Amino acid sequence: MKNGLGVPQNIVLFGGTSDIGCEIVRQMIQPGVANIVLVSRDIESAETRWSNLLGDDSQVNIHHVRFDGADASSMVEVVNEIVDEVGDLDVVVVAHALLGSEVDFLKDPVAAASVASVNYGATMVLLLALGERMKQQGYGRLCLLSSVAGMRVRWSNAVYGSTKAGIDGFALALDGELRRHGASLLVVRPGFVSTKMTAGMKKAPLSTTAEAVASATVKAIRGNGTVLWTPAALRFIFGLFRLLPETLWLRLPLG
Amino acid sequence: MSRERISGWGRTAWTSAEVIEVRDATDVKSAVGVDHRRGAIARGLGRAYGAAAQNAGGTVLACADDSRVENVVLDPVSGVLTAPAGLSLDALLRFSVPRGWFVPVTPGTRFVTLGGAVASDVHGKNHHVDGSFGEHVESIKVTLSSGEEVALSPNVNPEWFWATVGGMGLTGVVTEVSVRMLRVESSQVMVETKRLGNLDDVIASMSDSSDDDFRYSVAWVDMLASGRSLGRGVLTRGNHASASDAGGSDPCRYDPKVRLAAPPWVPNGLLNKFTVRAFNEVWYRKAPADAHVGLETIPAFFHPLDGVSKWNALYGSNGFIQYQFIVPLERVDVLRAVIGKFSEAGVASFLAVLKRMGKSNAAPMSFPTEGWTLTLDLAAGSPQLPGLLEHIDELVLDAGGRHYLAKDAHVSALAVERAYPRLDEWKNIRDEMDPRRLWISDLARRLRLVEEAS
Repeated sequence: MKNGLGVPQNIVLFGGTSDIGCEIVRQMIQPGVANIVLVSRDIESAETRWSNLLGDDSQVNIHHVRFDGADASSMVEVVNEIVDEVGDLDVVVVAHALLGSEVDFLKDPVAAASVASVNYGATMVLLLALGERMKQQGYGRLCLLSSVAGMRVRWSNAVYGSTKAGIDGFALALDGELRRHGASLLVVRPGFVSTKMTAGMKKAPLSTTAEAVASATVKAIRGNGTVLWTPAALRFIFGLFRLLPETLWLRLPLG
Repeated sequence: MSRERISGWGRTAWTSAEVIEVRDATDVKSAVGVDHRRGAIARGLGRAYGAAAQNAGGTVLACADDSRVENVVLDPVSGVLTAPAGLSLDALLRFSVPRGWFVPVTPGTRFVTLGGAVASDVHGKNHHVDGSFGEHVESIKVTLSSGEEVALSPNVNPEWFWATVGGMGLTGVVTEVSVRMLRVESSQVMVETKRLGNLDDVIASMSDSSDDDFRYSVAWVDMLASGRSLGRGVLTRGNHASASDAGGSDPCRYDPKVRLAAPPWVPNGLLNKFTVRAFNEVWYRKAPADAHVGLETIPAFFHPLDGVSKWNALYGSNGFIQYQFIVPLERVDVLRAVIGKFSEAGVASFLAVLKRMGKSNAAPMSFPTEGWTLTLDLAAGSPQLPGLLEHIDELVLDAGGRHYLAKDAHVSALAVERAYPRLDEWKNIRDEMDPRRLWISDLARRLRLVEEAS
């Protein structure tokens, strides 16, 4: 149960090794937080990462849960397992995703399906399962990491971008339903973030860092809004981008 | 039945629940007759500051009901008054004061129900003389989760009675209360007001024997004053005025009014350290340097904030918490340290009240014990607050102090275990009264007061 200072007792992170996800949860740790559940495909690296991150004197209980982000059929079970372990879910951050930047999808079209499954299909199942739980609880804050790449999809990043467009749209609609039952959802739309996911890629204009995205996200999780653009200026830039005629859009030097 | 978003008076930690209106024991019985996913809790007028009367995803039984004032029975000889538990002290006082009877204990607001007053075992400015509300209760009727209605009193099933007094609604729904009222000759209070330059003077004035000459005694403290003025305050003490002192043809005339309303929208941070500092300066200077004695009405003396409806909205959308703790009489050092910490951090408390409390009673979860209780209103949005309060909680707990559950919105389950030595005893009695584990609130969840039924 969250307390009156807005501090959640239980925090869950899907993507226990995600740079942005870890930074969001790390910044949320303060007196009152009792349990952090890290849900990862590779729990060994999540364990290493988090024991380095927290040190030994942390008063927070850390739980590690294994999951496969591509396995839609296991999501309900994973959510139940977490609830059995810690009880009510106060804040859940969904941060896992595949970028697939190294793949030439024209040569290996089937690979696109697994990106779509992790980022969209299975995540949709996960959000549904989490949403149902939060509706039952009568409160809870869900946070989904989306991306500006889904706001107008470019060919250079089309597979990833279109999955984010899909899950972003789904999440916005879910938020409306959650709010009728005391819970809510936050969609975070970061710009280009320098992380291990984007290492080696050319930086886009207005690129940001995991720390900056996390700090804006933590504030927005405390608040009550539905959409966070970070950096904030992207909201206006993409407002324009979405209006641009295709010919101009294609000429923009966005990588 | 309707789905509603609910919070306490502090307007923090909102959760959603199914709300069912219940007017009497029959309604409660039919409400508990069905399954409740995530349990149920009774709610009165929602004046508990934190999450005591809300139940995320579960059921909330709305008990407040002033329409049944005709069911109030007052024995004009003994002064024992019996009323439906959903009745507010406001309605009760409108009935009893003109007849020459006052409630034995009133908290700082009259907008609480009798049932809530029992469940929180509320105290008032007279605790050092009269103790808390539960000590004046003759008997109660409680509907259990089985649907059975039981009559409890300090003589009949005292264990269940005292577990319900201060039991935060977790033993059952109080449906009727019989309470011994206090005879008064007038609706006025003879009040002595004096200003005291620092904490030592405040403590000394409230400690000497003169304090027991006043039925009511409380000090307002300026939490932002520092240095030699640390803990400066205004002490107000009073007794019910006699008919001749009150004067007039109708000394028991009682006509409380709500004069102002908070605006519907207020920016966050309106009450900040600058505005509160300015207010404190005026408030302190307004009080006479030498003791001044005068008549005040019941609403002005006991319920000044009730004059502004919805004043809780003044804290903006982030809401606020009321932080109330008690430390033993000899631990004035902790009081000083806490006031120092707040003053240092520049955390503004718009309301800070200090009171010397009398002896504790037989209820295992009742808050008051002999000592000093300090009450602060704090805007909830400040990011430094969780850390600051964790530190202050430690000071309080190490000194053998505790926090008031009717106000609490942030302490840990461990803090309650440490501070309430009879917690396990209470839990056992509670489980006996509620074997199906129906009763639960958000407060009970956070503090693990109840094992939730799975």
